Amino acid sequence: MFVINCPYCGERDQSEFSCGGEAHIVRPKQPTELSDDEWAEYLFMRKNIKGVQFERWNHAHGCRKWFNMVRDTSNDKIHAVYKMGEKPPVI
Amino acid sequence: MKNKYSIFSLIKNAFSQHENWKQAWGNPEPKKEYEAVIVGGGGHGLATAYYLAKKHNMKNIAVLEKGWIGGGNTGRNTTIIRSNYLWDASAGLYDHALKIWENLSQELNYNIMFSQRGVMNLAHNLQDVRDLKRRTHANRLNGIDAVWLDTKQVKEFCPIINISQDIRYPVLGGTLQRRAGTARHDAVAWGYARGADEMGVDIIQNCEVKGIKRNGDQVEGLDTTKGFIKTKKIGVVAAGHSSVIANMAGLKLPLESKPLQALVSEPVKPIIDTVVMSNAVHAYVSQSDKGELVIGAGTDAYISYTQRGSHDVIEGTLKAILELYPIFSRMKMLRQWGGIVDICPDASPIISKTNIKGLYFNCGWGTGGFKATPGSGDLFAHTIANDEPHKLNAAFNLNRFVSGDLVDEHGAAAVAH
Repeated sequence: MFVINCPYCGERDQSEFSCGGEAHIVRPKQPTELSDDEWAEYLFMRKNIKGVQFERWNHAHGCRKWFNMVRDTSNDKIHAVYKMGEKPPVI
Repeated sequence: MKNKYSIFSLIKNAFSQHENWKQAWGNPEPKKEYEAVIVGGGGHGLATAYYLAKKHNMKNIAVLEKGWIGGGNTGRNTTIIRSNYLWDASAGLYDHALKIWENLSQELNYNIMFSQRGVMNLAHNLQDVRDLKRRTHANRLNGIDAVWLDTKQVKEFCPIINISQDIRYPVLGGTLQRRAGTARHDAVAWGYARGADEMGVDIIQNCEVKGIKRNGDQVEGLDTTKGFIKTKKIGVVAAGHSSVIANMAGLKLPLESKPLQALVSEPVKPIIDTVVMSNAVHAYVSQSDKGELVIGAGTDAYISYTQRGSHDVIEGTLKAILELYPIFSRMKMLRQWGGIVDICPDASPIISKTNIKGLYFNCGWGTGGFKATPGSGDLFAHTIANDEPHKLNAAFNLNRFVSGDLVDEHGAAAVAH
């Protein structure tokens, strides 16, 4: 449990947000060309990092906007919050 | 057995004030090389080593544990054992485990306190009723005992349940598996450790794996905090940390690790003699032999390795518990903790070879691995020894995420495993 600084609403309790998992997984540009292995990689395989991870969050019980977050999963410390489409910060 | 436990050994040791019991397992330093190395000294890992030695005659093996044995999810779960899963593959897997549980104390000569007190799953809406009835039919076709109980029968089986139809999520009935129940979690790890140790397995505690060495597509050994250990077969049973180990070998798994919480109350006299689970409101409760209520809560909805979990999650669970069991309203909770569970997209485990020769994974048990401990160990040992899965774990391979042949137990097992 922690406090998240929503880029649109400011600081709110984590229970207002929902996590969309690993960020920056690019949707396949030509889905019909994809092999089964590539589909599995896109749909299921995850880094599941213990440490600094880039992830997507949604302020579900607030502005309902999506944004990105850099968080250390070993201690839940948040390093950065940035809007969708912005360049990920170097941590 | 060098130190068989019996009524006679108990009497004999009483004369020496119980000061001469032999250590149940040793504390060896790692050898330079092993035939196989199991990473993770929880119930599943120790059971794997036990069956490798017992059924596959592999004696030169080691179990590496970064902390102490049984200190991870084996010591953190709510000890529920059942096999009433929907799909054939899951039914085969979990009932295989349940059959081993039924004789495990005798086999290990170690009292694991297996108690077939029954597990009841409640239905709170019309869809629950349909799903759970379908599941009892599926179970019975697979030879697993399951019955449907109406609201009155639920009340008869567990009198403290509030069956008022005026509450937010009223009880509309439930399923009951009478062969299901609980066991003493620590004893399972200790019993398997003692059995494995006796057959010559090295159980090495406080030894963390730091890297996996490969020669092309074949594993060569492990870098650990106690030095390099050479081996051609590595079985990883690291629960929430499976992805961390996989990354060391350059492998990605379809897993997300999340904290799952449980809590226990102050001990009270016997009040609930079964296990009641409710997926819809996410509350499950049983009572330990010490008298504590053992309550399982949900997972946090984000990846975390923090082993604690959020307060709002247990708050939600306790709200549901109080509505179903108003009698608990003045109970005090004693302890709360979290364990890191590795969740698969289809809520089914992975017991599988990988595309790296000699590297095997037993993971993805998510929120409900304890119940499968003996079966999981047995089938994983088979997979490692023969380099081929047993027919009972063939469906639980890694390749199912490529082929699409998933074993989707989300509906049947839901969040509360």
